[in-house]
Amino acid sequence: MSVAGGLPTPSTGTAPRGFALGRFLTPLAFLLPFLIGLVIFTLFPIVNVFLMSFKEKYQMLTGEFTQYGPGNYVLLFKDPYFLNGLKNTALYVFTVVPVSTALSILFAYLLNKKLRLNPLFQTAFFLPLVTSVIAVGLAWKWIFNFDYGVFNFLLSRFGVEPINWLNNPNYSLWAIIIYGIWSYLPFTIILLLAGLQNINPLYATAAAVDGASKARIFFRITLPLLAPTVGLVLIINTISASKVFDELFPLFNGKPGAAYNLYTVVYYIYEVFYVKFRLGQAGAAAVILFLIVLIFTLVQLYLQRNWQHY
Amino acid sequence: MQIRLDGLTKTFDTMVAVNNFTVQFRSGQLTALLGPSGCGKSTMLYMLAGITPVTSGHIFFDTDDVTRLPPEKRGVGLVFQNYALYPHMSVLENICFPLEIQRVPKAERLSRARDMAKLVHVEELLTRKPSQLSGGQQQRVAIARALVKRPRLLLLDEPLSNLDARLRLEMREEIRRIQQETSITTIFVTHDQEEALSISDEVLLMQQGLQQQLAAPQALYDNPVNAFVAEFLGVPPINRVPGTLRAGEFVVHDGTAAVQLPGAPTGHDGTPMTLAIRAESLFLAKDPAQQQLEAEITQIYRLGKDELTHLHLGDCEIRGYLSSETNLPVGAVVPLGLRRKGVFLFDAQTGERYR
Repeated sequence: MSVAGGLPTPSTGTAPRGFALGRFLTPLAFLLPFLIGLVIFTLFPIVNVFLMSFKEKYQMLTGEFTQYGPGNYVLLFKDPYFLNGLKNTALYVFTVVPVSTALSILFAYLLNKKLRLNPLFQTAFFLPLVTSVIAVGLAWKWIFNFDYGVFNFLLSRFGVEPINWLNNPNYSLWAIIIYGIWSYLPFTIILLLAGLQNINPLYATAAAVDGASKARIFFRITLPLLAPTVGLVLIINTISASKVFDELFPLFNGKPGAAYNLYTVVYYIYEVFYVKFRLGQAGAAAVILFLIVLIFTLVQLYLQRNWQHY
Repeated sequence: MQIRLDGLTKTFDTMVAVNNFTVQFRSGQLTALLGPSGCGKSTMLYMLAGITPVTSGHIFFDTDDVTRLPPEKRGVGLVFQNYALYPHMSVLENICFPLEIQRVPKAERLSRARDMAKLVHVEELLTRKPSQLSGGQQQRVAIARALVKRPRLLLLDEPLSNLDARLRLEMREEIRRIQQETSITTIFVTHDQEEALSISDEVLLMQQGLQQQLAAPQALYDNPVNAFVAEFLGVPPINRVPGTLRAGEFVVHDGTAAVQLPGAPTGHDGTPMTLAIRAESLFLAKDPAQQQLEAEITQIYRLGKDELTHLHLGDCEIRGYLSSETNLPVGAVVPLGLRRKGVFLFDAQTGERYR
């Protein structure tokens, strides 16, 4: 754009030749502290994990390995504990994410109504977010307690026999899923509530004047307008639920289920890396998890491409 | 459909938004609710729609008392100020939605929606989303959506306020055309007098929740019932000269000037009054018989075809469209006459009209 007799160009204070370099170096200097951290703590480990997963019989202390090859991956898929971990993680993700998202939509919808006690409920719902996972987990351990737990007490009211949630391998996955659903609620509700508050209430009024029922307004107006937020929440929660790990510690005293039946992928990685020191195999498991989450997220993005309405 | 309000009142806490309205809007007409911001006109519209509950009084649609009916049972179509088109639906889906609610079969839904789109001239835009439309197009779609369920009454809340000046002229004629083609009883809210006067059959002028006057636009301008109506309408605003009557003569309050008012009401001598004169009701008196007042020219503005002259009547500033044939200098004292139309006498306190 040139303007006849236009504005004077601002002086850069640098000689013309050094101009381009200066324009590159100055921003770089400002970015450097962040970039250094990113390279050391994020990029290098990622690349290293990929490399490590192909190093067969890798010894961390000496750095020795026999050759680059797919050996670790072969070992992995022969390990029933890893396959069990994959299965448990998949079950966890596919129950926790949809159920907690659906519940969150319901709660966010109710919290968005102008009710007198809603500030109280809002606080109550967001409290778990600021509480440590371990502390909350210990509380859940008591809730699930066979003899004294609230859960079994409530079930007994409906004539259900007490269930040994934590020690019976048939139920321990369900215990962790119930705990997971609960723990994903607050964050999901916050995001969905923000999404709901961005929807102009006039749309609902307009539909109501035309005689739309509450249910129709919810399913034809509110939910479609909330869809972009729901999509975001689904992706964030899928990624984070795939990494299920620390929930296991308080419930099962640091074991992956009472009978070592409840391996998750991340627990498996942790054990193979820190306990068994099979670093290549741990790297391979991490890569597999990364690929699964990546593929799953891409599929989700693809399916949700029509959810954007503007 | 004729609409009758009987003692209609709405109070919010201590504020009376709409105070005891008893009026009738005639069937098949375009009526404007006009008034300054906060006069209660939107509240009135939303009471007619059934969104805002009525505090007291009644609303009748023909002979049905609809005061307690919910919006969907009143058969009204409502167009919101910012249109409230559903952003995730196409134009066609937006227009179809009221019919979807009524469970109209899909084929009929689509054909009725297409007819409406034709009526408002958006048939080319049916697959677009609202965000891909201009303001005027959104307005047309909103009107189509309001009309598709064949309401008995069409309500529009400030339909033109979100449009730019040029589009506003175009859309107000469109609203008039659509209303006349469908001959649906229509009520719209506006604070723009030009908008109200140019397209409506009747105008209800409101102020601070009070009903001022319901009349045809020209009647409202020519024959205001009180000082507020006279002052609210007209550009430039009507001239106001405070003073008192004395033996058929209007004496400007400080006694510096007088206006001859033959046929002025008698028996009010000494009552503080306002003499209101429209700018176009002043003319240069060619012979002494026409002269009713004298004023000094202080400023002359030429605006295209018009020439607006500012004058001093005593120490009171007045404006008039005087003939531009004679080139009068600033500072000249000129004899002026008053036309029969556009000259009113109001009580200074109550605003009640004497003449």
